[in-house]
Amino acid sequence: MSDHAHSHGDHDLPFWKKYVFSVDHKVIGVQYALTALVFLFFGFSLMMIMRWQLAYPGRPIPLIGAMLSGTLAADGVLVGDGYNILGAMHGTIMVFLGIVPLAVGGFGNFVLPLQIGAPDMAFPRLNMASYWVFFVGGVIMIGSMFTKTSGAGSGWTMYPPLAVTAAYGETIWLVGMVFLITSSLLGSVNFIVTTIQLRARGLSFFRLPFFVWAQLVTAFLLLLAFPPLEAAAALQLMDRVVGTSFFMPEGLVLSTVHLSHLSGGGNPVLWQHLFWFLAHPEVYVLILPGMGIIAEVIANNTRKPLWGYKSLVYSVIFLGFMSFIVWAHHMFMTGMGTTLSTFFQATTMIISVPSVIILTCLIISLYGAAIRFTVPMLFALAFLPMFAIGGLTGLPLGLTASDIQLHDTYYVIGHFHYVVAPGTIFAMFAGIYYWFPKATGRKMSDWLGKLHFWPSFIFINAVFMPMFFQGMAGVLRRQYDQTEQLAGAASHGLTLMSSWGAWLLALAQIPFIVNFFWSIWKGQRVSDNPWHATTLEWAAPSPPPHGNFPAVPVVYSGPYEYSVPGVSEDFCPQNVALEA
Amino acid sequence: MSHHEMSVEDVRKHVRVYLLVLAALMVLTAVTVGVFYLHLPIAAAVLVALAVASVKGTLVACYFMHLISERGLVFWILGLIAIFFAALMFLPVLTDMDSAGV
Amino acid sequence: MEPHPITGMYNGKFGIWLFLASEVMLFGALFSTYILLRVGAPEGTWPQHGADILNVPLAAFNTVVLIGSSVTMVMAWAYLKMKRIGMGQLFLAATFLLAGTFLVVKYFEYTEKFHHYAVFLNARMAVEGYEGQVTTISGHLAADSPALTRASNTGAYQAPEFVILEPDPPKGGGDHPPVVRIDGAQIKRLSDFGPRHSTFLATYFTMTGLHGLHIVGGMIVIGYFLATGSRFASHNLDKYANRIECTGLYWHFVDLVWIFLFPVLYLL
Repeated sequence: MSDHAHSHGDHDLPFWKKYVFSVDHKVIGVQYALTALVFLFFGFSLMMIMRWQLAYPGRPIPLIGAMLSGTLAADGVLVGDGYNILGAMHGTIMVFLGIVPLAVGGFGNFVLPLQIGAPDMAFPRLNMASYWVFFVGGVIMIGSMFTKTSGAGSGWTMYPPLAVTAAYGETIWLVGMVFLITSSLLGSVNFIVTTIQLRARGLSFFRLPFFVWAQLVTAFLLLLAFPPLEAAAALQLMDRVVGTSFFMPEGLVLSTVHLSHLSGGGNPVLWQHLFWFLAHPEVYVLILPGMGIIAEVIANNTRKPLWGYKSLVYSVIFLGFMSFIVWAHHMFMTGMGTTLSTFFQATTMIISVPSVIILTCLIISLYGAAIRFTVPMLFALAFLPMFAIGGLTGLPLGLTASDIQLHDTYYVIGHFHYVVAPGTIFAMFAGIYYWFPKATGRKMSDWLGKLHFWPSFIFINAVFMPMFFQGMAGVLRRQYDQTEQLAGAASHGLTLMSSWGAWLLALAQIPFIVNFFWSIWKGQRVSDNPWHATTLEWAAPSPPPHGNFPAVPVVYSGPYEYSVPGVSEDFCPQNVALEA
Repeated sequence: MSHHEMSVEDVRKHVRVYLLVLAALMVLTAVTVGVFYLHLPIAAAVLVALAVASVKGTLVACYFMHLISERGLVFWILGLIAIFFAALMFLPVLTDMDSAGV
Repeated sequence: MEPHPITGMYNGKFGIWLFLASEVMLFGALFSTYILLRVGAPEGTWPQHGADILNVPLAAFNTVVLIGSSVTMVMAWAYLKMKRIGMGQLFLAATFLLAGTFLVVKYFEYTEKFHHYAVFLNARMAVEGYEGQVTTISGHLAADSPALTRASNTGAYQAPEFVILEPDPPKGGGDHPPVVRIDGAQIKRLSDFGPRHSTFLATYFTMTGLHGLHIVGGMIVIGYFLATGSRFASHNLDKYANRIECTGLYWHFVDLVWIFLFPVLYLL
């Protein structure tokens, strides 16, 4: 159906076709990654503004306070609506415009075809379309902040009736969401077809690197879980624009005004079902590519095969399947009734098992290893306990009884940020340091990398660890002024710790940004396989040309043939036959 | 069986099948509408309507979409979809049962 | 394009099946919405049968038309596989025309709804020609009824000074009741039979509307192949037949959705 054997010379293409509207998966991967990093930086900045208001309520924001528009701030002091807008956009941007495009669009696109020995994705033009639809969707989403009356401010979760009756920005947010979902769907079809149909000869399913398995399951999650949110977005758009009552119950009164022009008969909980049907698999979309990256980095830097490869594969498949039937653990407080709550509690407890298996296999992989403490490995080693904390703190939330106390408190914020921030984002950093030599032919600076890692690790814990304690004490989330809640000085001290942690964490990223751009032009040049890795992407030149491999690779062994007895080198690439 | 290896004769046989399926679908559509005029109680009406629609859908999927001649993997994936689809259909309603008073 | 040993399909076909899987979840979410809203609907807000409000004969005709278009679609592919390009393109054109017919009928169905009005009353009222007292009167506006205006902020109709309605016949059948005049003060809400009317009609318009958009999308692709097909087919018939096969898979799915939509919305 698509001609993936490109015969034309790469150098014949004009600049805009080679770097802007390219159909090459590597260019598209870099486009996704760079765009996502910009969005991540923007989303992070929004949160830094919010943290000022939390730490010093009622005081004008330094430096940029005067620049904020009337909807966000009055005389440089963040107002309630402004806080809500920043909060909703922070969540939306980080999840949909930052992590997923980087983890799946960036790393998936760049690395996956290389790791399976393919010349490109199955549908290169569809791939390009996916990126541009994502880009347009992202611009629209950010645009929803800048409407005249207000921005989208009903949480990244957009619960009706508030989201339906709120001001203008929400409509634009919903339109942006439709674009993003479309991009995601097109991308996931590409990933699945590519992984199943374009593998090199000899690369059976159980010889795939774990990164590929993680991306395959992620693609299935995106394919099947996103459409209900697309439907829900369409329904909420209908409610806002056309005046239907999908989510508007009968007899609704808004600020003493009875909304009698509506037909009523709708159900706000319907939105929650449709939203969380996606959003729960979505959080696994956020973590799985990260786990895939960590697995690759650990195998490479321990110089041994991963422990429990088959367990890892079966666990990740089971995890993907289970992720579809746990969603209502986000809705324990909606009055579901005990039978259904118990069902979802049970499935949630069950889903923790494969996560633990995966983490355990990765930890046991360290046992007896001669660990190379490269910069990617530092991030990978940090990932393990951080993800453990994030995962374990999810358990009291998944149990209905304890969730009553913890729902909508800072405990929840602490839980999910531990999984995503020192979890996934550290995995993203590991991936960038690890695959930078493949993409550019140069290494990033080691000492700048360590200067990035250590402060980041310390400050990221400073931001999120206090939140568990605040949450258990009952401090509620999404409150722009915590003064009334934080009766005691101790709790306010924790807020200060989180805020200062966030600002110092931002400073800690400067070595990374400098390192990244400086190394593109001035980084130390390295060979095609500087890490002495076994997986197929390292058999291609650095950077790989259009079409990737000079000769179509043939695979003879599993993905982690490190320290093979009898072989002189401590690794044996997948495309090299072991001596008989 | 790949469609690449299909000869002209095979395709002609398929055409016969398409016309048979068309006839069956027309009959079933008439049944769908006809049953409506019987005004069955709601539970029975739902069951009959969904049953007839499922038969029609299966015919379209198996013969027009050639599902009957496809490999196992496709069935696995579709079966998976069916499970998630069922979860999406019924779990939300079940969670509301306590308050809906159905 | 060689089929892959594991799936037995070439890339495009596998890709389309995956896309259809996502579409199942999309329409599934809407069917789930229908079920949830109907089960939870307040007393009297959901019609006993869809047929009370919707036009069954038109929809039954549309069902026949769409199934017919599914057959012409697969026949187009069959003739292309038999290397008879002319007949293949002819059946493709027939599919396009049948799809267009479906949309035209839908257009009439929809516009009929927007000229039909429902007046929701503040209190129960006895109306000549109806049994007992009613809270809603539906019908067409009489010629001498004042023009309706919409509120600028909500877009909903504003209650006018009065409304003169030619009421619909009562449910069990019978003649049109005589023309009735309703004062603005008695009106709680005034709506046409569009999506604002009730959650049932909101669901109906959303589901059939989305389905209709899918038909338009399919027609665009089929139209493109009608325009460029003969040249493509003479260049590479096998590849062209595959493209038609993939389009056909999408088209059959659209038919499949309607096969379920029709009884669920109109008959239940």
